[in-house]
Amino acid sequence: MTVHQLSIFIENRSGTLIKVLEALKAANIQIIASTIADTAEYGIYRLICSEPMRACEELKKANVAVALSDVFALAIDDKPGRAADAVKTFSEAGISIAYMYSFLLRGKGILIFRTDDNEKAVKVIADNQLQSINEADLSELA
Amino acid sequence: MDTNSNRQEHLTPRPTREGQGGGSAFFNPEFETLSRTEIEALQLERLKETVAHCYTNDFYRKKFDEAGITPDDIKTLADVRKLPFTTKQDLRETYPFGMACVPIRDCVRLHSSSGTTGNPTVILHTKKDLDEWANQVARNLWMVGLRPDDVFQNSSGYGMFTGGLGFQYGAEKLGMLTVPAAAGNSLRQIKFIKDFGTTAIHAIPSYVTRLYEVMQQEGVDPRRDTKLKVLAIGAEPHSEEQRKRIEEMMGVKAYNSFGMSEMCGPGVGFECPEQNGMHFWEDYYIVEIVNPETLEPVPDGEIGELVLTTLCREAMPLLRYRTRDLTRVLGRTCPCGRNHVRIDRMRGRSDDMIVLRGVNIFPIQIEKILMKFPEVGTNYLITLITEDNNDQMIVEVEVNEATDDFAKLQALEKEIRHQLGDEILLKPIVKLVAKGSLPVSEGKAVRVVDKRKVFE
Ligand SMILES: [Zn+2]
Repeated sequence: MTVHQLSIFIENRSGTLIKVLEALKAANIQIIASTIADTAEYGIYRLICSEPMRACEELKKANVAVALSDVFALAIDDKPGRAADAVKTFSEAGISIAYMYSFLLRGKGILIFRTDDNEKAVKVIADNQLQSINEADLSELA
Repeated sequence: MDTNSNRQEHLTPRPTREGQGGGSAFFNPEFETLSRTEIEALQLERLKETVAHCYTNDFYRKKFDEAGITPDDIKTLADVRKLPFTTKQDLRETYPFGMACVPIRDCVRLHSSSGTTGNPTVILHTKKDLDEWANQVARNLWMVGLRPDDVFQNSSGYGMFTGGLGFQYGAEKLGMLTVPAAAGNSLRQIKFIKDFGTTAIHAIPSYVTRLYEVMQQEGVDPRRDTKLKVLAIGAEPHSEEQRKRIEEMMGVKAYNSFGMSEMCGPGVGFECPEQNGMHFWEDYYIVEIVNPETLEPVPDGEIGELVLTTLCREAMPLLRYRTRDLTRVLGRTCPCGRNHVRIDRMRGRSDDMIVLRGVNIFPIQIEKILMKFPEVGTNYLITLITEDNNDQMIVEVEVNEATDDFAKLQALEKEIRHQLGDEILLKPIVKLVAKGSLPVSEGKAVRVVDKRKVFE
């Protein structure tokens, strides 16, 4: 139901992002999706990748501050309005979404998001027969 | 523990010269347990002797003439303030033997510190000076429970660095089996600790941390696999939090040591088991804390520059030596029964002091706060800037533990700023930076960058 996401502290100055990407490249880790959220001074670089546990270890070895977190991943049809439907389901259930990003994978839209109430979110996904995907699905698709 | 009864108990047994210490908690009970009045009487007597001794030296005589005083002007202990200060610069200018107060043939040891600017400095010792120095170190080690049965490993640099020979002679004087392991080669150090049954180590704090890292790599648990019971740490500025971390790692008490080659070396001050500041031995030194700008004495509890006058030195007595170390008086009595002044750990150097909007700030204050936050590293950089005609301090600190939560980063930034504000009395700008992006500090690295405009 959830997938591992790496959250990396980065600074808004040149060189800090490249250090992360170089370390992943050297470890032969494939980035599936990523996004940067930032303030004026610093940001959190979030990414979904192959072998997240190993990626995390490799980054720590490269002296990068990284945290592993669990985020929800939903597969939706690649059609207009599907993302809106999914988000609406959660908001109607009173669950707020901290952040969300999406990407296309093999003709499927993938929504990655974090909620303030994971237990409730699991229930909403089951009740509404939303198609959640896990780590294995993701690596299969990638 | 009741202070008075404790002191009484230890006052009675006066050990013979032979069995110094004996079953007592004191190595030199006749000096360690003096009352304040007795200490001050002894200091006045010894100050008069020291001043008269200095007056035989041309350098001092000239200084006395310039100040318009003679040894006869020292009538009370407070008269020490009539004496001119001595500085490191004086030592450089009189290099090598200009401040010797005995013929060089009476000296048996020389320690020299290399100067990054100008001449190096030289400190000379007679046989008696070396013996008095060893006595101070032995007194310290005895104070924290070490006895002749103990095995003392001195993992400190030897050679000109006084932490080597200073602790060597002191530990031997106490009667311990003493291992001159010197610094470095951690695997060999650990082997010694295990094979010789080392119970006490002297090292700089960063080396203890290093030793522990290697122990971990080698699967050695200091609690389980060693007989360690005491650490003596010094010669490197460190905070209380760092000390606690070291004590937790090694599972033993770590006592703070103050030394300075100009005075002799280690031995000058050391913590007792109360760990409430270092007792500075006032039978050996007159301790003053002065405002580094006005040179006037500051009240007890207030931070100022440590100024020391030696009272027992033959070869090179020093009058009112400006150490440049910043610290404060914590008290003049102690539950341990010693009434020798308690001095706080060093708060940095008077040369490092930052004056921002009229407030005196020491980098170690910043460090102390940052150590409380495991989310950030111990590397930091202070930048002083002028913004809209206002001087500001920026504290950059590395994020050690990442998070997926922005709110946590913002809360962290805010909390650091808040706690720094409480400590240094003005709120700096706190900037979180990526791990490894600040220069690694080794000892006296540059932690402060001043970009303020001097004139507006
Ligand atoms: Zn004490």
